[in-house]
Amino acid sequence: MKIIAALLAIAGIFLFGQGKSSWPALPEIPASARSRSNPLANNPDAPVAGQKLFEQHCSTCHGKAAEGSRKAPGLENETMRHLSEGELFWILTNGVVRHGMPSWSQLPEPQRWQIVSYLGTLNSPH
Amino acid sequence: MSAGVSSHTLLWVLRLAPVGLLFLLSGAAHSQESPYIVTYDHHLEEPGSLEIEYFSTFGTQTPGNDFHAFWIEFEYGLKAWWTTEFYLDAQTTFHDSTVFTGFRWENRIRPLRTEHFINPVFYIEYENLTEADKTIKEVEGHDVAADFAPPNSELRATWEHELEFKLILSKDFRGFNIALNPIASKVLLPSEPWEFGYALGISRPLALKASTRRCTLCAENFIVGAEMYGGLGDIESLGLHETSHYLAPVVAWNLPSSWTIRFSPGFGLNGNSHGFLLRWGVSREFSGFGEVLRSLLGGRP
Repeated sequence: MKIIAALLAIAGIFLFGQGKSSWPALPEIPASARSRSNPLANNPDAPVAGQKLFEQHCSTCHGKAAEGSRKAPGLENETMRHLSEGELFWILTNGVVRHGMPSWSQLPEPQRWQIVSYLGTLNSPH
Repeated sequence: MSAGVSSHTLLWVLRLAPVGLLFLLSGAAHSQESPYIVTYDHHLEEPGSLEIEYFSTFGTQTPGNDFHAFWIEFEYGLKAWWTTEFYLDAQTTFHDSTVFTGFRWENRIRPLRTEHFINPVFYIEYENLTEADKTIKEVEGHDVAADFAPPNSELRATWEHELEFKLILSKDFRGFNIALNPIASKVLLPSEPWEFGYALGISRPLALKASTRRCTLCAENFIVGAEMYGGLGDIESLGLHETSHYLAPVVAWNLPSSWTIRFSPGFGLNGNSHGFLLRWGVSREFSGFGEVLRSLLGGRP
């Protein structure tokens, strides 16, 4: 009986805990983080590996081609074009936790830079 | 849980859990799972994702019979800063019996919005377990190997309600994760003292950069490390006297198909400990579970 009650309580909680799909107000990013440059900027493999990582870790929320979904915004847009690589790295590392974007600091730093490299290719001038 | 029928049903659920996982083949998500089995780091479940995990622990026992304890976990990301988990525990003691040993409900809450030099997470767990529980998910107070010596019929007679608190302190540094979990717990009886324990862990992926191809056996998919855990006595006799301690190498293999396999041979560090604990686990993460459940139950899309 107690187990059933606990399960019902958990199911109830499930109903109320979800994220948003529009761009949230970004937190204030420290100046030192904004100016960081991508150590893999000249590595031609970085965007390729970054795309693989993006598909593994990010596409379930942001869409396979970063087009966005109900859970998270698209990543090919004006907002993204105005973010520096350092800012993208900071957002990946810290998340936007209060708006549903988790921190991805469990990924080693080089892998986060590889994802930044991939996101850069999505938003580079054609 | 004195009702025989429900205990029996739950035991079958636990026994069939690894098979059941094989049938859940859709909606997978991939995350970088830590290799720890006892220690917690500060990384929480992604919001809306459900991770189903099955773990086994084989332990040697002197005096008494060796045992195989097993549990299933349902880990759900309520928010990016709040993860909740529900556990069902059971065990088989060789030459004795198999028994359901109870459930646990834990919550982990991350108070800080960004990464810091050290990242704290608050952990609170309610447990309703019998003394026959042998999962050794944590070691507290004066927990020693001899506690498991009596037969299951005797141990399962006592059900305990317990609250457990942990302060998870964790840091990622140059590819390493370092985590420390001080533990305080209290059986919800006035006569029972506060008990204390610890767990600490260190881990690192075998490769820090990802390869360009999708691969199963790449070094980046393996995370190796070690964890150490043990009791620190209780409020009436704080210290290492009559406590048990363990050291265990750990490895996690994060497959591209969203499965994670963990393996950990553990060794008792003193005469009060079980000599050997062999642990393994398998888990899979499902994204969008929250959305599916809400739409099934008539919530907003």
